[in-house]
Amino acid sequence: MLKFIIPLVLFIVLAVFLAMGLKLNPRDIPSPFIDKPAPTFSAPKLTAPTEKLSTQDLKGQVWLFNVWASWCVSCREEHPILNQLAKQKAVVIVGLNYKDDPADAKKWLDTLGNPYNVSIMDSDGRIGINFGVYGVPETFVIDKKGVIRDKYTGPVTIELWQQTILPLITKLQAESA
Amino acid sequence: MAANHTAAHHKITGRKRVKSLILIFLLLLSPLASAVDAYQFSNPEQEATYNTLVSELRCLVCQNQTIGDSNAELAADLRRQVHEMLQQGKSKDEILQFMTERYGDFVLYNPPFKAKTGLLWLGPVTFLIIGVVTVLLFVRRKKTIVPVNTEGDVEKLAAVRRLLTDKNSEN
Repeated sequence: MLKFIIPLVLFIVLAVFLAMGLKLNPRDIPSPFIDKPAPTFSAPKLTAPTEKLSTQDLKGQVWLFNVWASWCVSCREEHPILNQLAKQKAVVIVGLNYKDDPADAKKWLDTLGNPYNVSIMDSDGRIGINFGVYGVPETFVIDKKGVIRDKYTGPVTIELWQQTILPLITKLQAESA
Repeated sequence: MAANHTAAHHKITGRKRVKSLILIFLLLLSPLASAVDAYQFSNPEQEATYNTLVSELRCLVCQNQTIGDSNAELAADLRRQVHEMLQQGKSKDEILQFMTERYGDFVLYNPPFKAKTGLLWLGPVTFLIIGVVTVLLFVRRKKTIVPVNTEGDVEKLAAVRRLLTDKNSEN
């Protein structure tokens, strides 16, 4: 009897591990930034390149930092949802226009709508590297003290917003600066 | 004339064959090709460190490739970052730390040994030990069973011989 039970148990254990492996998303790399201060930047604004926005300007409020580009296909999918969030005015949305041509980026915002309170330019991808960006779009939730509280790789969906991001933002906005 | 024609024909197919062989050979080489940047280094040691680093850092877009192998834009940016930091006099460890602070241990092809990666490092060894022990136990058990079996075999063999000789004598 034992002769059959041992291989059966081994098989079940193996099958469970393999099934778990199938469900894992290898693109979902845990960010080492969660609960760490966001890297500082001071970068030109997309719509007014002579003005700069720095992390210091955003202290004291909860903000979403959304990495986007006009060449990014998934960003197009995400864009209507961001527009919707912008209408709700639940949170400040800062865009990082990552490795993009400013003219293309402006055209994108003109035609598809601009959900960003402000977008900054990262033409050579250095701010991206500082934030550990490896796939666009990426979205960081940053609290009043400038600490990254969560990060999402890939497009923000309605479910993700309603079930995860919005509750987190509400919680963070209740915290003292 | 006909013979000449066939000879020429052979020559052409031969040439074609050589050409296709060269093509196949070149295609086989293509995985060896890797991204090349024209970076200047202050000294050979710095270049060596650069080459080790780009072969130890994972490209996060095209996973399973190092940033040295990959042509992805992010890989090129990370190579530029490595090169700049080396020019600034940063050490190999400082650069690896810079990368892990931003991209996590995942960016390293040689992840450090810690509680989280324990299974990764010890798992294969554990399985090897389990395997070796199982094989040893199995072999030992087989050995103890063998003498019992031979006794039975001897009897059976004798029975078979008897049957055979009976049949022979009948004929």
